[in-house]
Parts: sequence; C-alpha cells; structure tokens
Amino acid sequence: MSYDPDTQSQLCPTTLHINGVRHDLEIEPWTTLLDLLRGPLALTGTKKGCDHGQCGACTVLIDGMRYNSCLLLAVSQDGAEITTIEGLSTGDQLHPMQEAFIEHDAFQCGYCTPGQICSAVGLLNEGHAHSREDVRELMSGNICRCGAYVNIADAVEDVMGQQTHAVAAQ
Amino acid sequence: MNRFSYVKATSVDHAVDVLTADPAAKVLAGGTNLVDLMKYDVERPTTVVDIKRLPLGDIEALDDGALRIGALVSNADAAYDRQVEENCPLLASAILAGASPQLRNAATTGGNLMQRTRCYYFYDPSAPCNKRDPGTGCGAIGGVNRIHAILGASASCIATHPSDMCVGLAALDAVVEVSGPQGKRDIAFEDFHRLPKDDERGDRPDLDNTLQLGEIVTGVRVPRQAFGQNYTYLKLRDRLSYAFALVSVAAGLTLENGVITSASVALGGVAHKPWRDKRAEDMLKGQTPSREIFTAFAERILSPAVGQGDNDFKISLARRAIVRALAQAASGTPQRQSQKSYA
Repeated sequence: MSYDPDTQSQLCPTTLHINGVRHDLEIEPWTTLLDLLRGPLALTGTKKGCDHGQCGACTVLIDGMRYNSCLLLAVSQDGAEITTIEGLSTGDQLHPMQEAFIEHDAFQCGYCTPGQICSAVGLLNEGHAHSREDVRELMSGNICRCGAYVNIADAVEDVMGQQTHAVAAQ
Repeated sequence: MNRFSYVKATSVDHAVDVLTADPAAKVLAGGTNLVDLMKYDVERPTTVVDIKRLPLGDIEALDDGALRIGALVSNADAAYDRQVEENCPLLASAILAGASPQLRNAATTGGNLMQRTRCYYFYDPSAPCNKRDPGTGCGAIGGVNRIHAILGASASCIATHPSDMCVGLAALDAVVEVSGPQGKRDIAFEDFHRLPKDDERGDRPDLDNTLQLGEIVTGVRVPRQAFGQNYTYLKLRDRLSYAFALVSVAAGLTLENGVITSASVALGGVAHKPWRDKRAEDMLKGQTPSREIFTAFAERILSPAVGQGDNDFKISLARRAIVRALAQAASGTPQRQSQKSYA
C-alpha cells in the first residue's frame, strides 16, 4: 500500500528468506533489517552495537556477502537470502568458523562475536584475503571492545588454512 | 527516523519524476549514508525512492577504451573488477582505502558521489550548521575542527568531502553521467562537487554538488588511462583502517624515458571537494622525478592552504604526504591498502 499521511503509516509486502525459512511480511519502510530481525522475528543473535555502521556487531550475510543490517531498510531487501548467526550451524554441528572461535578463545564478553563470525564467513566467501595482513584489514569493520583481535585473526586464518588444504587435497 | 513515503522506482524516468515532483525526496541505493543520516534526524526525506532494482549495475568497456561503471555497482564490485584493476588500478586502490568490507558491499558508485560530510556539527541537529540548516552559522569555525578543510573553505563552511573513491575519480578525470527532467547530460568530475562558495551560486554550503532538481547519477565514465604502473593512493588517518582521511593523495604519473610527461594529483580530506590544481601539475611536466621537484609541487598546490586551529597540522602532513605519494608513483610502488607501513 502507499503512504497514508493521516495515519503516517505504510505497510510494504516483503518476502525475506532467513536461514532457509521463507517469511512473507508486511513491513513499515523505516524498519531496518536489524530491528526486524531482533524484534518481530525474535532472532536476537544479531546484535545492535552502534546502530550506525561503525562497529559491525549487526553483520549478517545476504546472498553470502556481509552487510551491516543496521543500515539496511528491510523493505529494500525484498527477495533476499539472509543468513544470521542462528543459521550458520547445522543442528548441533557448529560451523567451522564457530568451532575456530571457540578453539582460539577469540572472544571475551562475546557481544561482538556473532558479527565477527558472520563477517569472517563473508570474508571467506568473498575470497579476497590471502595473508594475515589481509585478514586484519578485511576484518576491520568489526570492532571488539575487549580487544580479542589477535585470537580472532588466528581463528579466521585457521579456517582459511583448512579451506586451502581441502582444495589442495582434492 | 522520520516517517516517509517509500517508492520503488521502476525506471530511471520514474525516479526522476518522483524527485522532480517532491524536492524533499531522497534516493535510496546502498543506504549506508542516507539511513545513517536519517537516524540522526539530519536527513528527513518526505519520500524515499529506492532505485536498487534499476539496471545500473554493470561495468562495461566502451569503444574508446573508457570504462563505464553503473551507478549501482557496489564499491566492492568496482574495486575487485578485473577491468577496473587493469584499466585504472588507482581507482581500485582508492575504493579499498575507504570504509569497511561490509560498507563497501552495500555502498554504490552513485551513492559514494552523493555522500555528505562527516563534520561533527553537521551531524548534530542541536548545533548550528550552514550546510544542514542554512543561515544558522558554523560551529566548526572557532570550534573543534581537527578534521576540517585547509583549502577552499568559505566564511560559512569548512567541511570536507569524506570520499576516497571520489579522490581517485578526480585524479582520473572521470565523467559523471546524469539523467534528469531535461534528459541526459555529462558532468566533468571536477565540476560535479562544488566548493561551499562559487561564482555561480555564491556561498551555499547546503549545495554539495551541481545536480539540478530531479537529476540522478546513472554512472561514471573513467577514460582510458596511462597510470597502469605509476600511481598510488596514500591515505593518512587516525587509525590504520576504517577511518576517514585526515589527508589522502591520489597520484598518477606518465613517464617516458625517465621524464614526467603528465601528472595528476588529487587531495582528499582537505577541502569541500577533491582538490586539484592543474597549473601546479603542469610544473611537473618535463621534469625528472626528484624529491626537490615533488616538494616544490607540494608547496605550490598548498600555497593557498589555511589552518583553522586544530587542523593546522594538516598543512605539513599534506606536504609530506604529497611528496611521499609522488615518490611511490614515480617508482611504481603503489601503497597497498592492507599494508600498514608506508614505503
């Protein structure tokens, strides 16, 4: 429907595929993807940090690439395939990046961790990191107030290495 | 965020019609700047025109060797595109110097041109700002102005343009393609953004660029370039990644038998638009690269520079960054954006 100035409302039919589940929604256009996920959809794994695209806590994957969900209007993502931290594991089987974060103790308070892990999975999908320098630069959109950066970079490098070995073994 | 009417544009003409009918309408593409400014109540559009589905997402080589980058090509797709890397690596490097991977995935080519200043006073609706609310004054003049302009400022605004990509495009003499109620036109990159004060419109810091009512950016053309080897994008900032430039330098040189035959240098973080001085560039032609000639060039391009207090350091920082960038360009050792030491 179009905007009604009397009620100051507009509901936009929007279809989102989130963690493999189709959601047919009616959304007010000023709703960010982050607020939609955490509010009506109760997917609270995605965190609200700065809410201005500066910290990366809200990072999700859309068609495999990483985005700050706080800066996306949900209506603009009509038809998108979205993966949040809740969608990375398969049942009790954690994603290799989740395993690596545990293995390398890559967090302290944990608030930035869902965004860090989604960002790291996006980094691998995007395929532009080839060294530790690259990992550090291409993870710079995710701030960790506790300063776990060294272990985060170790975890990402570990999974990058596993992938390289997997390719080499084929 | 204010309430607004949301419209999905079905064609460029549709978007132009909506923008022409409602001067308070805003275009939504990647949203990385607009949505942020709406959350701060700095932008309060009555209508948001979502153009994300328009067919402006391609990079194509034109017959004359130029590359056309569609307005909706993401910053990441432009930076990692093989044709961009080969034809204008300076542009790829400038894009990768800006923002974060998440933001580069969302932000678009057109949106990058349209992004607004990061002046703290502009971002704070309780502060005076001639750019946000004309006539209210400038909080930055005499205020906290570490990040502000040293070149081309006016008595009413000392804001800087925040883009890295645009500094690269300025050095490459790009052309901006726009569509509007009167049809299509090209705007030379140097004429796209404006200084806060110019002869045509006077002291109007509320106008960032020369777009007319209803006009929309549809793409950018980058001419075939010779800066395949001798270029760099050197960006200096308060931390090593993911911060706006205090000073940045896009430099491209053409060398024949060790002699400079053409030079292009654009500065970021220092003015209301990417800063070039073509007459200063001419003094590099016919010269052999040397620290002396690069220093003389830096002195020349910075001769009109004026500090505002907190940002006085930018003048000497810019001088040294220009010399370093020209040395990197001359030696064919461009700054890699993931490398945090400066060669």
